[in-house]
Amino acid sequence: MVSFILLILIYTGIYALMAMGQNVITGYVGLLSLCQAGFFAIGSYVTAILTTSAGWNFWLTVPLAGLIAALFGVLIGLPTLRLKGDYLAIATLGFGEIVRNILNNWDSLTNGPMGIQKIPMVRFFGMTISPYRKWGFLIMVWMFVVVGYVLFKRLAKSRMGRALEAIREDEIAASSMGINTTQYKVWAFALGAFSAGIAGSLQAVFTLSVTPGTFTFMVSIMVLCMVVLGGMGNFKAVVLGAFIIQFISYFPQLVGLSNVIPPQFKQVLFGLILVVMMIWRPQGILGREVRGHFGDGGKASVLPKGWKGLAERLHGKPAKKGGGR
Amino acid sequence: MLRSRIVGSIAEFFQHLMNGLTLGGIYALIALGYTMVYGILKFINFAHGDILMVGSYIGMFAYNLIRGETLGPWTIVAFFLSMLVGMLFSAVLGMAIEKIAYKPLRKATRLAPLLSAIGVSFILSNMAAWLWGTKSRKLEYPFDNTPLQIGGVAVTPHQILILVVVVVMMVSLKLFVDRSRMGKAMRATSLDQDTAKLMGIKVDRVIAITFGIGSALAATAGFLIALDIKVYPSMGTMTGLKAFVAAVVGGIGSISGAMVGGILLGLVETFGVALLGIPYGLKDTIAFVVLILILLVKPEGILGKAEKEKV
Repeated sequence: MVSFILLILIYTGIYALMAMGQNVITGYVGLLSLCQAGFFAIGSYVTAILTTSAGWNFWLTVPLAGLIAALFGVLIGLPTLRLKGDYLAIATLGFGEIVRNILNNWDSLTNGPMGIQKIPMVRFFGMTISPYRKWGFLIMVWMFVVVGYVLFKRLAKSRMGRALEAIREDEIAASSMGINTTQYKVWAFALGAFSAGIAGSLQAVFTLSVTPGTFTFMVSIMVLCMVVLGGMGNFKAVVLGAFIIQFISYFPQLVGLSNVIPPQFKQVLFGLILVVMMIWRPQGILGREVRGHFGDGGKASVLPKGWKGLAERLHGKPAKKGGGR
Repeated sequence: MLRSRIVGSIAEFFQHLMNGLTLGGIYALIALGYTMVYGILKFINFAHGDILMVGSYIGMFAYNLIRGETLGPWTIVAFFLSMLVGMLFSAVLGMAIEKIAYKPLRKATRLAPLLSAIGVSFILSNMAAWLWGTKSRKLEYPFDNTPLQIGGVAVTPHQILILVVVVVMMVSLKLFVDRSRMGKAMRATSLDQDTAKLMGIKVDRVIAITFGIGSALAATAGFLIALDIKVYPSMGTMTGLKAFVAAVVGGIGSISGAMVGGILLGLVETFGVALLGIPYGLKDTIAFVVLILILLVKPEGILGKAEKEKV
């Protein structure tokens, strides 16, 4: 039981990394990307291939996994991000499928549907971090999450974070303020891909084998749910979202009802979460973090009533007229 | 020797042309739904492919219920009747989805309806897997599907059926949008929603009907290809994606564009595999390469109007 909870927490960490990346793209820039699973897969396979057939050390493959994923992010981002955001959603949806297609078919490199087995365990200054001893692995994964969290928070407060939010609020205004919108969008997209690639690396050494079947569209949807449920544009909330979604995901096994509740149940639930959150609480459980002006940057959702309206006027989205243009 | 080879390759060319046209016709039917909704709401209905899937299932159930054992005129009538059932069901489903999941978000940010649509798509495909199982089910041909030889080109009755249905659907849609009162209201709504409202057009109803028509067309396409590819819960995903690419290629928002784009994509896919020697396993990738290329070269599509974003 404890071991099972630890397993859920490890997956929460891995997914939290991906979700924080998604948060940069969706929460900060306001773009819909649907291929975190694709970048996750790329990261996993980079580590899997380099540690097995090339005999590399895991720690060397981690940054490389992130970089290669980011490179692919730039490749899809460059043509699509110059245009309106909608195209990105479709292009990324297609990209996720293509990655899985290629992993399934490129037998000489990826061993096709069988995947890659016998990935060596992680060694850290002579210690072996085995996925069978879950405490050690849990600590390693969450170290990554903490580092990622701190870096992403720094990023959000930087010039780039402000530029990204400006693009989300009004792209034309942002570009007339001298922000190179395409360049920032591509950067954000690459960052999102980078963290998903690193998450993939961790996944590879946790399961010690990778198969294309792991990286379905479901993964991307789960990551999206984490961001939407927690609160777009709020990294703490996104980690909370990762907790909730992973617990929902493993709930049937946790309570021993996995043969009563069909596997589709949770997936329908994820779909419902997206729809229901959009209609009733688009800002997510915790809401977006509001920066600056109120001293330490209180959260929009916990501000007193009178302040809330003001905060929304300053930071929230202006009511856009539907259609017509 | 040479002569026979030339005749042979001409026949081969027409063979691929025929295959490409039927495939393209299917893409065009589905693309119409995307483009009509986009034209009015500026929003991609991600659930479109899944509506196609549900329509195909319902059509298949109806067909299995009423078709007899022997092939004959009745099976063909039964086929069209079941198609109608599937279309109606999809139309109602499409309108219901619009009312529940998209309408409350019309004034929200751009991202909100997109996310909601993704959710709906995921709900539909998983509900289908839950209720009807993930196994793919075969839809029996309503007629004997042995290819007819027409001048060295093998044409299956199924392909003829597809072409006839596609042409009928497109012509009637074009007439409906260009000539009828409702069609005029649709065009007005897509030009400027607010002004249309002021002119007394019931915009909400127009939008609902647009969703209904688009969904019915998707169901038709789904039911037609189900004869070839069977019916399964994720059947709409890839087809829907490619149809969207077709809509973008033709110029999203333009009805003629969707038709042109669909046919073009069908031809490119067929000839890409046949002549350029693109491996069959990567067939699905062609559409996305086309998408990236068209976005780089002519993002507004072949028949679309370049849109200036107003401040």
